[in-house]
Amino acid sequence: MSYPNKRFIEDLVDLIKSLMNFCEYEITNEKNEINILIKKEDLVSTLMFLKDNPSISMESLIDITAIDYPGNEKRFTLVYNLLSISKNFRIKVKTKTNEDNPVCSVTEVFPCANWYEREVWDLFGIRFLGHPDLRRILTDYDFDGHPLRKDFPLTGFTQVRFDDELGKVVNEPVKLDQEFRNFDNLSPWEGMSKYLPGDEKSNISNDKD
Amino acid sequence: MTKTENYTLNFGPQHPAAHGVLRLVLELDGEVVQRADPHIGLLHRGTEKLIENKTYIQALPYFDRLDYVSPMCQEHAYALAVEKLLEVQVPIRGQYIRVLFSEITRILNHILNITTFALDVGAMTPFLWLFEEREILMEFYERVSGSRLHSAYFRPGGVHRDLPDGLENDIKSFCERFPKHIDDLEKLIEDNRIFKQRSVGIGKISKEDALSWGFTGPCLRASGHNWDLRKKQPYDCYKDLEFQIPTGTSGDCFERFLVRVEEMRQSLLIIKQCLDQMPDGECIARDPRIVPPKRVDMKNSMESLINHFKLFTEGFHVPAGETYYAVEAPKGEFGVLLLSDGSNKPYRCKIRAPGFPLLQATEFLSKGHMLSDLVAIIGSLDIVFGEIDR
Repeated sequence: MSYPNKRFIEDLVDLIKSLMNFCEYEITNEKNEINILIKKEDLVSTLMFLKDNPSISMESLIDITAIDYPGNEKRFTLVYNLLSISKNFRIKVKTKTNEDNPVCSVTEVFPCANWYEREVWDLFGIRFLGHPDLRRILTDYDFDGHPLRKDFPLTGFTQVRFDDELGKVVNEPVKLDQEFRNFDNLSPWEGMSKYLPGDEKSNISNDKD
Repeated sequence: MTKTENYTLNFGPQHPAAHGVLRLVLELDGEVVQRADPHIGLLHRGTEKLIENKTYIQALPYFDRLDYVSPMCQEHAYALAVEKLLEVQVPIRGQYIRVLFSEITRILNHILNITTFALDVGAMTPFLWLFEEREILMEFYERVSGSRLHSAYFRPGGVHRDLPDGLENDIKSFCERFPKHIDDLEKLIEDNRIFKQRSVGIGKISKEDALSWGFTGPCLRASGHNWDLRKKQPYDCYKDLEFQIPTGTSGDCFERFLVRVEEMRQSLLIIKQCLDQMPDGECIARDPRIVPPKRVDMKNSMESLINHFKLFTEGFHVPAGETYYAVEAPKGEFGVLLLSDGSNKPYRCKIRAPGFPLLQATEFLSKGHMLSDLVAIIGSLDIVFGEIDR
């Protein structure tokens, strides 16, 4: 059987629709990838259902990640990437939350979620209720902030150096000898906004009139 | 009875058996591991954040720097993900070249892992024997891409340029020579009493546990799952190639080693088939949206020059959408979750590193084992910090 098989995926979507009736959800099939959008309260029960139902049997949690949309009220979309190796397909379970609303941890369902959730907490600042050990994982020991949020600058806030006089590593605010240059290379035909870059003066003269 | 207390030991971050910058906080009862808490992130470079700020072509070289012993397989995952969003077809020759180099990469990676694993448990000779061959493979890298390690050779749409003259013959003659080196390696350590005592029955993981801990790749196959993305979810031209998937039964360190040895042989088979079946033609899709025009055209045609300039300043725009694409990297499933908002930069690029869940299971695998077994377990899991810390 070739992969991804369009028929097979469509049948699976119908199967999930007929079996999963304990909560509200939205199921879509985009480029032969199944996405299920659920409310965050139903997260644990959904994952448990997808894992334990013998005709779906998603045995493996491949990944958990988040996507930040700072403009939205629920700014984070959490993505749980599941894989079934007996049936050979993938499902992405998505749920939305923001920094104030923690999500239930799924470490009880999938033990490997432990570090994935720590990573999401570290990089996005989404808290997980019931997580056994929610420490930072990738950033430095006394790091402040959540670097993968869109409002976190690429350069960060602090820089580290070894101070010879103090004899230890010190954190100080970022000082760049050359400002970080973000070139606007967008084609004027595609990416044109109301104001042209470098044309700020024309507005000033308009204001005076 | 005398009361004993556990003590805590700091292992790494600079330790020859830590395979990079791994810091392990160990709680030991005598010499028996009670708790192992890996502290990672000492090599964190913010790759995902950087990629969000680069165009799609500029993001590609970051993938070499993730798992720096298997660079091309990771470029492969990224290139495939971008192609899926763009709906670009790769020419057959391009597909074959990519598969050819993915398999060379697999051998490259397994040589490093097997020999350093043997080194960790006390056998130095394989390391000395096989690293010479590894250097030859890296020469192949250099001949196609110009660099030994960080090749940046794959592109969305194919590969950067065609194979240079004579390379195919040299790879062929390597394929003739290399099986003997694998035989030598097997003769040397497969029946070695010390090697077996250090690895058989150590770090066992059952079929079910391996899945629930998110194992993929050789470590999952050693536990007895017949799961390989190259067969089950084939990408590029893998569906036209014949090869076997080696699996184990008990999932201990020794079987993880055996699976890797057999995978090297299968990779050689794939390389041979690629060389025999590779058709002539273009190695990259001639799609002016994503591929720069040929140099010759740029000398004569203004439009080609503009096209080239725009591609390397603005980059190309990828239609809005989301995809997850995974390839069978030597260490396991390497996946890229790519989210595009229609602009010239990825909105989000999540990298799924196979080593991350593997290292997470260290505590599960090493509990109750001796400290020296922990070294064997880490060696057999194939840990590289470039991809775990990202």
